[in-house]
Amino acid sequence: MARITKDEVLHVARLARLELSDEEVGRLQEQLSDILEAVSKVSELDLSDVPPTAHPLEIENAWAEDVPHECLPLDEVFANAPDREDDYFKVPPA
Amino acid sequence: MIDTLRLTAEGAKELLDKREISGAELFAAYRGRDDDLHAFLHRCDDPGGEGIPIAIKDVIGTKGVPTTAGSKILEHYVPVYDATVAARCKAHGLRLLGKTNTDEFAMGSSTENSAYGPSHNPWDPTRVPGGSGGGSAAAVSGGLAPWALGSDTGGSIKQPSALCGNVGLRPTYGTVSRFGVVAFASSLDQVGPVAKNVRDCAYLYSIIAGRDENDLTTVAAPAVEVPAGDSLKGVRIGVPKEMNDAEGIEPGVTAAVRAAIELAESLGAEVGECSLPHSVEYGVACYYLIAPSEASSNLARYDGARYGLRIDGDDFREMVMRTRDAGFGDEPKRRIMIGTYALSSGYYEAYYGTAQKVRTVIKREHEAVFENFDLIVSPTSPTVAFELGSKVDDPIAMYLNDLLTIPSCMAGLPGLNIPCGLSEGLPVGLQLIGPQFSENTLFKTGHALEQAIGFDVVPARLR
Repeated sequence: MARITKDEVLHVARLARLELSDEEVGRLQEQLSDILEAVSKVSELDLSDVPPTAHPLEIENAWAEDVPHECLPLDEVFANAPDREDDYFKVPPA
Repeated sequence: MIDTLRLTAEGAKELLDKREISGAELFAAYRGRDDDLHAFLHRCDDPGGEGIPIAIKDVIGTKGVPTTAGSKILEHYVPVYDATVAARCKAHGLRLLGKTNTDEFAMGSSTENSAYGPSHNPWDPTRVPGGSGGGSAAAVSGGLAPWALGSDTGGSIKQPSALCGNVGLRPTYGTVSRFGVVAFASSLDQVGPVAKNVRDCAYLYSIIAGRDENDLTTVAAPAVEVPAGDSLKGVRIGVPKEMNDAEGIEPGVTAAVRAAIELAESLGAEVGECSLPHSVEYGVACYYLIAPSEASSNLARYDGARYGLRIDGDDFREMVMRTRDAGFGDEPKRRIMIGTYALSSGYYEAYYGTAQKVRTVIKREHEAVFENFDLIVSPTSPTVAFELGSKVDDPIAMYLNDLLTIPSCMAGLPGLNIPCGLSEGLPVGLQLIGPQFSENTLFKTGHALEQAIGFDVVPARLR
């Protein structure tokens, strides 16, 4: 199986919003290649008639009653916020 | 004098009921013990009351008590509400001793991926306690807690219980609420009990199990029967050859597990060989696609905007990327990268889609075996506790620790670890797996075997 390229590592890191150091990029290039090679084993089986399993229990959709209920007070909602302005989470400009 | 190394939760309750000890004395006996194992990330003061103390893994949210999931990205996070399981423990009067160490976001098999340093095995502090719930397992066998809650995605309750010589249950998927629990891989994550014996384990499971309207993946669980008998007459036990002869299982582990299977036969069980041809061979590969894929999605929420660490940047995107780089350790980054790759355009069908189909194969194989058997047994871990540091540089070797615990997790099945002997002076764990909702069968069998085995749960060096 082809090894992962440095550009692929950087592309996936951008998708995952991870700013990686050069050292991390090099290490991950090796490790991801090894791990993906190992997990590619799943493609050995003939799975043409096998449906996927997304959830281990055979349960139908479960619905919550659509009724209002009590929410956390705003001061608790913002208790762990890195930055706040009035009743908003404050972040740097996009 | 309260012997916290030996006292069970049931025994503690008896002492409290007879007023031989006070609630304060009981709590202080655990809380006052030096945590030289680094089992805890945070220890609590006695909240008062007469209930049994408990330790809770640090991926489970506890109101007003720091909950880090072993990660720097949640270093200063203090939940403003209790996870349902924590609330249920509180409602039963259980008192929180503290939050136990875990591999970061429960990703690991040794606690060495904790951003706060590893825990140590009470049987030999130079060795790992297993993971990810190594803190809970070390706390229970090290006399720092009578019982604890853990969480299990691919073996994080069963494997540390095996390595530390205690009893751990990964319940049937959906029987215990995950509301308020830090999510790792949502189609696999389960919360469960860690205890010194099967009766305590069953009792703690009865406290936390049941439908929760805040977690719509939960279902009603059958009423728990705390086990009492010593006969296994009529119980059909399957021995899957692939799980008992797998490459990498240590001879001492095989010997202890075989002896336990012979004991089961002498107690009246009908033992027969069976086969799970693809579950062991493809389980780890299947798991290491599905779990990282779901993790990459779940961990997207750590963006520095609403809670957790923030590293400033000139714009939003830069802030998010810097925060995630600084906040996540190597293992979460590795899994986020694998998962993002496996889910990315052009690769989704080949990786995640294929793994989901293999999951069906694994599930069907187990269902077929349970047409002829009430439960199956194998070693929980291929090895006894290994030396700290011996596998940290080899992710794939570390992933193979979960070779025998993963298949049943993929199928949503309950699994119980009980200690079944020693190898090289270290505990060996026996894994009992049953069909979905068969916890009572596992408890009954585990209890009868536990009585017959007579394993001393107190680490030899502490007796």
